[in-house]
Amino acid sequence: MSDRLAVRKTYKLYVGGAFPRSESGRTYEVTDARGHFLGNVARASRKDARDAVVAARGAFARWSGATAYNRGQVLYRVAEVMEGRHVQFCEEVSAAEGLSGSKARAAVDAAIDRWVWYAGWTDKLAAVLGSANPVAGPYFDFSLPEPSGVVAVLAPQQSSLLGLVSVLAPVLATGNTAVVVTSAERPIPAVTLGEVLATSDVPGGVVNLLTGDAEELGPWLAEHADVDGIDLTGAPASRAMEFEREAAGTIKRVVRPPATEPDWTADPGLSRMTPFLETKTVWHPIGI
Amino acid sequence: MTGMTHVLDPGALSDDARALAAPTPPYDDVTRSDSAFRAFLHGLPGVDQVGAEARVAQLGTRSIKTTSKAWAIDTAISMVDLTTLEGADTPGKVRSLAAKARRPDPSDPTTPQVAAVCVYGDLAGVARDALGDSGIHVAAVATAFPSGRASRAVKIADVQDAVANGADEIDMVIDRGAFLSGRYLDVYEEIVAVKEACGDAHLKVILETGELVTLDNVRRASWIAMLAGGDFIKTSTGKVSPAATLPVGLVMLEAVRDFRAATGRQVGFKPAGGIRTTKDAIKHLVLINETVGPDWLDPDWFRFGASSLLNDLLLQRQKLRTGHYSGPDYVTVD
Amino acid sequence: MTSSTRAPFEYAPAPESRSIVTIAPSYGLFVDGEFVDGSGEPLKTVNPATEEVLTEVATGTSADVDRAVRAARKAFEKTWGPMRPADRGKYLFRIARLLQERAREFAVLESLDNGKPIRESRDVDVPLAAAHFFYHAGWADKLEHAGLGPDPRPLGVAGQVIPWNFPLLMLAWKVAPALATGNTVVLKPAETTPLTALLFAEVCRQADLPPGVVNIVTGAGETGRAVVEHEDVDKVAFTGSTEVGRSIARAVAGTQKKLTLELGGKAANIVFDDAPIDQAVEGIVQGIFFNQGHVCCAGSRLLVQESIHDEVIASLQRRIGTLRVGDPLDKNTDIGAINSAEQLARIRELSDIGEAEGAQRWQPACELPERGYWFPPTVFTDVSPAHRIARDEVFGPVLSVLTFRTPDEAVAKANNTTYGLSAGIWSEKGSRILKIADQLRAGVVWANTFNKFDPTSPFGGYKQSGYGREGGRHGLAAYLESTR
Repeated sequence: MSDRLAVRKTYKLYVGGAFPRSESGRTYEVTDARGHFLGNVARASRKDARDAVVAARGAFARWSGATAYNRGQVLYRVAEVMEGRHVQFCEEVSAAEGLSGSKARAAVDAAIDRWVWYAGWTDKLAAVLGSANPVAGPYFDFSLPEPSGVVAVLAPQQSSLLGLVSVLAPVLATGNTAVVVTSAERPIPAVTLGEVLATSDVPGGVVNLLTGDAEELGPWLAEHADVDGIDLTGAPASRAMEFEREAAGTIKRVVRPPATEPDWTADPGLSRMTPFLETKTVWHPIGI
Repeated sequence: MTGMTHVLDPGALSDDARALAAPTPPYDDVTRSDSAFRAFLHGLPGVDQVGAEARVAQLGTRSIKTTSKAWAIDTAISMVDLTTLEGADTPGKVRSLAAKARRPDPSDPTTPQVAAVCVYGDLAGVARDALGDSGIHVAAVATAFPSGRASRAVKIADVQDAVANGADEIDMVIDRGAFLSGRYLDVYEEIVAVKEACGDAHLKVILETGELVTLDNVRRASWIAMLAGGDFIKTSTGKVSPAATLPVGLVMLEAVRDFRAATGRQVGFKPAGGIRTTKDAIKHLVLINETVGPDWLDPDWFRFGASSLLNDLLLQRQKLRTGHYSGPDYVTVD
Repeated sequence: MTSSTRAPFEYAPAPESRSIVTIAPSYGLFVDGEFVDGSGEPLKTVNPATEEVLTEVATGTSADVDRAVRAARKAFEKTWGPMRPADRGKYLFRIARLLQERAREFAVLESLDNGKPIRESRDVDVPLAAAHFFYHAGWADKLEHAGLGPDPRPLGVAGQVIPWNFPLLMLAWKVAPALATGNTVVLKPAETTPLTALLFAEVCRQADLPPGVVNIVTGAGETGRAVVEHEDVDKVAFTGSTEVGRSIARAVAGTQKKLTLELGGKAANIVFDDAPIDQAVEGIVQGIFFNQGHVCCAGSRLLVQESIHDEVIASLQRRIGTLRVGDPLDKNTDIGAINSAEQLARIRELSDIGEAEGAQRWQPACELPERGYWFPPTVFTDVSPAHRIARDEVFGPVLSVLTFRTPDEAVAKANNTTYGLSAGIWSEKGSRILKIADQLRAGVVWANTFNKFDPTSPFGGYKQSGYGREGGRHGLAAYLESTR
């Protein structure tokens, strides 16, 4: 056993491709499932949320405008880079969620595989969700799915990595950019995921990870006029209805929270992609 | 494959044709070269076929009843170029047509007379004599009608012959072959030459839109004809189908409208071929009314090239007058 | 040639026969297959072209709505839900045919109640309504092929609230997909235009549609609120203003109700310098003056390339000069009456603000009838993106003209709105059209055409124009529990 003193990590936010501290200077103490100190984590403020939305909006044109093939490769690259940090993720998930080694490994495996699964979706969505519409007239008419824009995600509170990836990856696969509030008590795997995203090919601003309190940040994101959709999965049950009401102010697309946190290992289907997709229908005459 | 022959005189266009050919300002330099002319014609706004068809379909739903129908029928009669263009035409046939032109409905002297009688050039003299001082014009088709496939000199001679025979309106055909192969300046210069040969006779330029196929081509050909000095632009010979469709009419009317707005010169429009019923005729009148307005609702600026149309107009006129439906025995055979 | 002075071509009046419709002195609610009295204070519906009271219509209270929802629930559980899908389809085919057979009656009634020209009710509203039933009828027994999983399930009772601009057509957009997917409905027509919905109730009876499958509860905003907030409603579908849409989204928050919203718009109609100008001018006219501009997807912001601005405006003004404003029942009328005094006041107010803010108002010389609610076709030039007439939905025959210099500027201006329902592009260059269509944040993009609708073609908005689609395979998703 080495007697070397470990270098501890400062856990920061991931916004616009950079790792800032919270503008508020706030941190909070995070412990493992048994209550042992893990670190002081940045506690994002409403202004951090605001900056994250600006970053996500700024990244939207490029990300949504990238080819579906390119987006698929970028998401696959995330899986590749995660694989390289497999051990670290297992340790962090185990500590955060109090899982045994094998259960933590299964969760990490599933999280990586989920990126792979969504990576494969990017260039199939238009075929599966689009259509050529046989209108009764001399017009070519087609419908295509397009991303809604900036999506705020209140990530699950329990499943710190698999749950997070399960709500984040579909938002990205469909071409949206994301502002994520991580699990409050289990944020460390999310911080590491931010480091993975920063070192894979995901452009800065496409994903913004805010460690902190969904209850505190939720209203700001739900009301934010430049947020197009919000996933309330990790919202506190007592506040979800209020957040949904606030989201109504700008007609946001809303994913309501489940009664209890779902089994994230289940096949997700399309249910997490379609809520943040618009359908654009284009008409053009057919003539000579 | 042999080339086109010009046995009479390939240089039939007079020496100063280029100067003569200069079109109306502000377009005086667009015919300076083939490429300039092409650039100009292809720079005209495109026509979306579906949109043009939708527009005429909408106008086709106009409901013209009672007094406005009576007005429309009389107006349409006065705009008819009563036409016979058959190989079997004879002086007798033309005289009979002329008589009908003067008095379309023998049972009702209030019926207006038609605008013109339209015949081949060799019968123009017969028509002229038969029409006398009625004020009805004699229109003659010329320029190797209907195909236009003859040398320019033959075409010019054809025109001169018809004018000499008494035609005061010449209906020429454009060289569609030249148009479709992109030789727009050839088409233009030929019209200029024919116009020169017409002297005082009015020139109607037949585009034969059924062979031009696209509405973009119809617009370009209309502009060539107007720039070259045509007094009227006319859709068709009546020998090719489709002929005077409403979308084609719409595009040609837009052309005469835009041309007048740009140059101040008003050019007439004549749909010909396929207009057989009063309903068709009224659709054209509505099209004029709502595309170019009342300035063109006059035989000086609008004609129907037709033969059987007149009888249907007369039957409808009788129905309006008597309140009951009429039958073919109550109008004259041509 | 001789020149003669002629009278202009005046079109004699060509009125469609009003006698084809019989309007009863009063109407009840249509609940559980019967016409029943409403408990609220009845409301009068007015012919906006004459201000004549057409009839009195019942107002449904929350108790009436409750009865309707219970009837719908019962029908969902006992008849419509368990019915063989093919048979549900046959009922819809029947309804489609009945609408076609009674098309003239529906068209006249729609024009009387709404003020829209008979040409439009006859050629657009009614045929499209029938087409929607015909289209959805075919889906009823093919839902497992709709891409929503192997066994998509209906939601139950749909509460539907529709606007006054296309009363029958919006009914069809709501009712046809709901029934085809196995749901039952409680529909609240707009306060000012209830009559074709009540005639539709009669069609349901003629079709022998089982009682309770379609319930129609007339009334004003309170009745609509009762429908939306009823706790036994599983699905809410609303078309109308963004403001009401917000309140509905708030009302269903925290429930399990599925919601689709089709809200306002402020569409840009972009005309590039290489456009087919004559068709573009037609499209501009069709875009803003169709249905008196009472169209959520109306092309109310004309974005014209600066180099052709004067030419386009001149053509547009000439064309607008030929529009015939007047009696909605005259077959030659292009622009009918504004639907209500309230709407007319709003159009006037926003137009006056437009002028006060410095935009130039142009209206053609046109005589408006003395009685009724009328507003002439209006074009504002010199409009800046900061003007309210460039931002607020006027929902009337008022066009705001803005200019752009480059494609990027056109897109930026087009997207500079909180709405995102529709947009238009006019250009003869195919690749440009596809590029601009891709960049526009709008649910429907009409390129070289405008205001075209079809039951096979999904319709709905981005941003604050709402969510969910109506029409096509996409529209079914709003009424089904997906299993994929």
